[in-house]
Amino acid sequence: MKRIVVIGDGMVGRHFTTTLREREPGWSVTVLAEENRPAYDRVRLSAYFDGATAADLSLGELDDGVDLRLGEAAVRVDRERHVVHSALSEYPYDALVIATGSYPFVPPIPGTDSPGCFVYRTLDDLEAIRDHAAGVDRGVVVGGGLLGLEAANALRLLGLDTTVVEFAPHLMPAQLDEAGGAVLRGHLEQLGIRIACGTAVAAVTTDAAERQSATPGGGNTEPPRAASGGLRLTTSDGTHLDTGLVVFAAGVRPRDAIGRDSGLAMAERGGITVDDTCLTSDPDVYAIGECAAVDGRCFGLVAPGYAMAEVVVDRLCGGDARFAGADTSTKLKLLGVDVASFGAPDGPLSTNYLDPTEGVYAKLALSDDARTLLGGILVGDTEPYGLLRASVGGPVPARLADLLARAVPDAELPDSAQICSCHAVTKSAITSAIAEGACDVASLGACTKAGSGCGSCVPLLKQLLADSGVSQNKAVCEHFAYSRAELFDIVRCAGITTFSDLIAQHGTGRGCEVCKPVVASILASLDNGHILDGEQAALQDTNDHFLANLQRNGTYSVVPRVPAGEITPEKLITIGAIARDYGLYTKITGAQRIDMFGARVEQLPAIWRRLVDAGFESGHAYGKALRTVKSCVGTTWCRYGVQDSVTLAIDLELRYRGLRSPHKLKSAVSGCARECAEARGKDFGIIATEAGWNLYVGGNGGFTPRHAQLLLSDLDTESLVRYIDRFLMFYVRTADRLQRTAAWLENLDGGLDYLREVIVDDRLGICAELDAAMDRHVASYRDEWSAVLEDPDKLSRFVSFVNAPETPDPSIRFDTSRGQPLPVMLERPRVRAS
Amino acid sequence: MSWEPICALEQLTPERGRAALLPDGTQVALFRTRDDDLFAVENLDPFSNAYVMSRGILGDRAGTPTVASPMYKQVFDLATGECKDAERVRLRTFEVSCRDGVVAVRVPEAVPV
Repeated sequence: MKRIVVIGDGMVGRHFTTTLREREPGWSVTVLAEENRPAYDRVRLSAYFDGATAADLSLGELDDGVDLRLGEAAVRVDRERHVVHSALSEYPYDALVIATGSYPFVPPIPGTDSPGCFVYRTLDDLEAIRDHAAGVDRGVVVGGGLLGLEAANALRLLGLDTTVVEFAPHLMPAQLDEAGGAVLRGHLEQLGIRIACGTAVAAVTTDAAERQSATPGGGNTEPPRAASGGLRLTTSDGTHLDTGLVVFAAGVRPRDAIGRDSGLAMAERGGITVDDTCLTSDPDVYAIGECAAVDGRCFGLVAPGYAMAEVVVDRLCGGDARFAGADTSTKLKLLGVDVASFGAPDGPLSTNYLDPTEGVYAKLALSDDARTLLGGILVGDTEPYGLLRASVGGPVPARLADLLARAVPDAELPDSAQICSCHAVTKSAITSAIAEGACDVASLGACTKAGSGCGSCVPLLKQLLADSGVSQNKAVCEHFAYSRAELFDIVRCAGITTFSDLIAQHGTGRGCEVCKPVVASILASLDNGHILDGEQAALQDTNDHFLANLQRNGTYSVVPRVPAGEITPEKLITIGAIARDYGLYTKITGAQRIDMFGARVEQLPAIWRRLVDAGFESGHAYGKALRTVKSCVGTTWCRYGVQDSVTLAIDLELRYRGLRSPHKLKSAVSGCARECAEARGKDFGIIATEAGWNLYVGGNGGFTPRHAQLLLSDLDTESLVRYIDRFLMFYVRTADRLQRTAAWLENLDGGLDYLREVIVDDRLGICAELDAAMDRHVASYRDEWSAVLEDPDKLSRFVSFVNAPETPDPSIRFDTSRGQPLPVMLERPRVRAS
Repeated sequence: MSWEPICALEQLTPERGRAALLPDGTQVALFRTRDDDLFAVENLDPFSNAYVMSRGILGDRAGTPTVASPMYKQVFDLATGECKDAERVRLRTFEVSCRDGVVAVRVPEAVPV
């Protein structure tokens, strides 16, 4: 049995310990940790300010076989006696692994130890920053690299007016070039972060210190800086920055003192010298992670540290692993901006792509014959990263512009990529099904189950079919040889108002669960009365049929409309009273509304009655229709708002409520560039500018998140509404079944430019008709719940049993948990869906 | 076996289903197609274990009348109960008739306990 002592329980130390335990569970392992908490994910540190708790960041428990000494730093290594000393005890070792990581670099200037100055390294640092931030309104981050921008995000999440000071001429100098840094800067400035590049900090002073030096001479007549919080940063060119808090995040230095003190060989620029087996100058001492220098170089990333940890485990177990150097390629999201760099981003030749409107920059570094890809930089759009990184050392896989325009379809999806997450179907399973003869989405579903769950992967399945050279059958199903858009035109032009007429004249058979809801949606989009009128009732999916959302135990959930999320106390009380009286589980939805769960079909009308009486109406949470227009509080309350986002959001929600579409539609309005309403994650999003409104289209969350793209800028409200009218109507008429706006835009020949030509320049001459169609929709809107309440025939369907209308479904039962009812499932399903 | 009267034919919407409760507590999903054919299968969806089959959409696969589960959309043959999307999964079926405008389901005699 060997005795192993590990100094450090950071990410790399922990990776070493757990890997070793798996490989050699019999050895004795002692870990000396300086911090009082066990290892946590330092890479995601700033998530702590975004709602993550210390427990969320934890890297888990070590098994009982490891002696983890929290809060007990190693202070000295006696290499001769093979013993590590802490302040409390001593620990003999056969092999010692040093994983002390690094410490934050603080520039050697006066005043950095003033109250309000922090570093950004540990959870304790973050707690201290959070506590101090509560009392100030401005913060400065010194350092515009990876860590600095993480820190800036943290300050922003804490609500501070944030400035980043960077010594280099542009942001992220280690990863980006000047143009990439400038694009990143643009994104960050949009978020309201101030950036000062090419600026060195010369001193930090406090109010108290300044007063002391100012008073004797009496010459300082500046007013006191009460609001700022009492710190002043002086830059090397003599300008001042007043702030309440300073975070130094200007890089890290290897934490190598214990190696130096015990006489190990050190690298010239810091770090404990190790060879490619991570062995130090002592044959029983290893160093891994940021404290170790391989060929004189330290790696400030976690992946090389993990690789080193694995090498040492292998060596201790008698293997011959070597550290092969590290790929320092990185791809990350900084403050919501995608940034990546890979390979060696500098080379004899380069090809660049810059789109200032979209904030996208890309650069590829090439060999002098332009045949070999050496590396590159991506800012604002890192979609091609996987493909490009894999191509380093070989030919460039495609034109840069094509890669960014996604004109190289699906090239970067590996075979193992999960296409259908409902049934866990990988791309390779789908491509082999296609090779075996599956020729449409339905047959793919029959042999792989892909696409038969929520249906959100159907566009990807079509893409894979197209990529495999299968000619696209646009038919919605076996009953109609037409696409949804074609059916829409047939219904509209032929003036068809019923499914039976449509299938008799243009289809075959009786229809099915695919084409019936499609036609129901088309008929509804063309204003053919209530969706449960006459024959239309039989076409609706269960959600639309009961005007509520089916839940897993057969009950429904009810979501009243709360336009823009604005709700009176009286209405809140009404919702609470109804939920209490009917024993409903309540939850705030992601769209600023309140969902009430667990209603049986026979309870729905009574619940609606009370909601309608209190002034509510259906929120269409059940429909492929407009859901909500989310909003921030805008100028009504917010100190930063530049437009009245709430009023616009309410107006838009009321205008488009009830509009049936190929998929659900979501929208949001943000009152300033801080974008609190997350409008760029919506099908159509509006962000206020000083001059008016910017309109973004084609965003969504869900299965494949997309950022909406800027369609038009600085619109007045009237033009904004007109362009949204046309955008929506054009989409409703021409999109495929279950195709969201993002996929629709991607498949639209000519994309965003073409969309602009159609709805702004009226290239197709259809704008008047689109406007008229929307006017008809707005004029004919009626609340769907009220219409049912007024119609005894429709009401009669709302019973659990046709032969026992008074009997509730006995299979539905509830338990109570956290003070609310939760469904009791009777037993496990007899068959698995996958 | 006996016939249990359930409801009047006009209580069933063409191309739609209704759930009914049999005396022994079994839940049945009754369907009326647009040609006035009647079908009855058990109301329990074997894929979700919820009693929801009566709320599915009717249709046909190559001419065979079907219902799709409203939960995860598996399609079943209305006449045989067989699942078209999964082998060896089958809904129990019931005989159903309509006499003098009254729809009835044939149920097993209650077994004396």
